[in-house]
Amino acid sequence: MPESVLFWIMGPLAVVAALGMLLVKKAVHSALLLAWVMITLAFFYIAQGALFLGIVQIVVYTGAVMMLFLFILMLVGVDASDSLTETIRGLRPIAITAAIGFGGLMVSLIGRASLGRESVGLDQANAAGNVEGLAYQLFSTYVFPFEAVSALLITAAMGAMVLAHHQREVPRSTQRDLSEQRFRSGSLATAAGLPGPGVFARHNAVDVPALLPDGTPAPASISETLRTRGDMIDSSQFQLDQVNTEVKEEK
Amino acid sequence: MNPTNYLYISALLLTIGAIGVVVRRNAIVVFMCIELMLNAANLSFVTFARMNGNLDGQVVAFFTMVVAACEVVVGLAIIVTIYRSRRSASVDDASLLRR
Repeated sequence: MPESVLFWIMGPLAVVAALGMLLVKKAVHSALLLAWVMITLAFFYIAQGALFLGIVQIVVYTGAVMMLFLFILMLVGVDASDSLTETIRGLRPIAITAAIGFGGLMVSLIGRASLGRESVGLDQANAAGNVEGLAYQLFSTYVFPFEAVSALLITAAMGAMVLAHHQREVPRSTQRDLSEQRFRSGSLATAAGLPGPGVFARHNAVDVPALLPDGTPAPASISETLRTRGDMIDSSQFQLDQVNTEVKEEK
Repeated sequence: MNPTNYLYISALLLTIGAIGVVVRRNAIVVFMCIELMLNAANLSFVTFARMNGNLDGQVVAFFTMVVAACEVVVGLAIIVTIYRSRRSASVDDASLLRR
């Protein structure tokens, strides 16, 4: 009875979170929803007598794998590829129709199939403890797959190192090179470097553009990343003729 | 409770993951949907282990987890490498062979 309560609360939540993964715009939100689905699955494992796998699910998946995903998301940055626009015409209806067909097939198949007997339950298999039972299986019947998997792990670590290794093809430009480049480029306006955000304006926040002497905002003073992310405040409200001087000075 | 219910959830999660792989454009989100499909398969394995009354299904689920971890490590390294050369994490932008 407690198991069915758990199932009927957590099961729909898992499906809703998985659907949300498809619908949310930002990849970070998708990652958080996936972490929730994985935690739900850990509950299901523990409820089904797979204590060890439940703990491993939380430690390895929600702990390590999802953190790796979030780490790469922060490294790669949040850009326009997050958009939900359809790039191949007609892909979405076809995909959803095919998926409904596939899902319907699976569900009806599961509904009709049977083991020919009642489900046994793990009471006997877990008699000596779940971890002990798994360890016995792992080091007797499955010892060769176990060794093969260890080789796979080492290979994957090597592969990641090879892929992440980056060899510089051109020498790193020195401060002198950069300075010469600035002076020899088309305009001398940025010879002293780009303006910092918010300088001489009413704010010194990084998402507020600096104001030029004539009162127009300088878009070059905002970091490119903030602009692609769309985190910039609308600059027109900081133009000199727009600023409401009636309000008291901000603290 | 009948363990078959877990199989229904597993089938639904697998289907949702498959839609995500096809529909989403961000390579990292596509990758997360693949993880969702692997997790759904794991839930089936654990449920089958319970139905059959032995631990073989759980051992297979354990192996799946290890292989999924390897796959994440290499896959994310590939995504970072592609991002470094093309400045984009969209699966549509890596289309050099088509032109």
